[in-house]
Amino acid sequence: MPETKKFLYVNRKAPYGTIYAQEALEVVLIGAAFEQDVSLAFLDDGVYQITKGQNTKEVSMKNFSLTYKALGDYDVNKIYVEQESLDARGLTLDDLLPLAWEDEDDDWAKKDSIKVVSAAEMAKIMEQSDIVFSF
Amino acid sequence: MALEVGEKNIATDEEGYLENRDEWNIDIANAIAIAENLEMSDNHWEVVNFLREYYEEYQIAPAVRVLTKAIGKKLGKDKGNSKYLYELFPYGPAKQACKIAGLPKPTGCV
Repeated sequence: MPETKKFLYVNRKAPYGTIYAQEALEVVLIGAAFEQDVSLAFLDDGVYQITKGQNTKEVSMKNFSLTYKALGDYDVNKIYVEQESLDARGLTLDDLLPLAWEDEDDDWAKKDSIKVVSAAEMAKIMEQSDIVFSF
Repeated sequence: MALEVGEKNIATDEEGYLENRDEWNIDIANAIAIAENLEMSDNHWEVVNFLREYYEEYQIAPAVRVLTKAIGKKLGKDKGNSKYLYELFPYGPAKQACKIAGLPKPTGCV
């Protein structure tokens, strides 16, 4: 087995208007095939990417927010959201998609993927990652 | 490229995936299966329908590893394994079954 590296994908941009968010998600899903230790971070306007109830009809883009729910199936189950970014936008955990994963070794028990962390904790998570991709 | 189904020409990309997912119907699925040299059985349809439901819910076609796990959970371990799925779809369950299901090429398929 080759050495496993800690990958962190940092998402800072609003979901629509640019292609960054959608492309980042695509990269994460493709990268998931390589069985590395993958985490996602959402901060600044990036927190909007995983808000509930997105409707893209008027902007003629695919509502790819539904695809975040598949991350658990791809064994991507460490999703960090910065508290300060939520606060600044008047959002709470309840406004976010209930992202979860099913633990095959625990009779498919459903477990939450999202962890809200402080800016200081987020800095630590970044520091402890081997490879950081910023979108 | 195009696929002839009855009187109609259905647009596909160079690998045979449908250009327009909304055009999909059972006749088109059967025509793609014939082009792939597959004889569709209930077991084939079970996987194809599963993929269409997955796409509806998540807006992506799952990678084969994800498909195998999800099938195992829904239809049992005797179906959620590579051997069973590759027997049904020799050129790769995600690729071939997704094509028949009218879905895009799977995300994260290497």
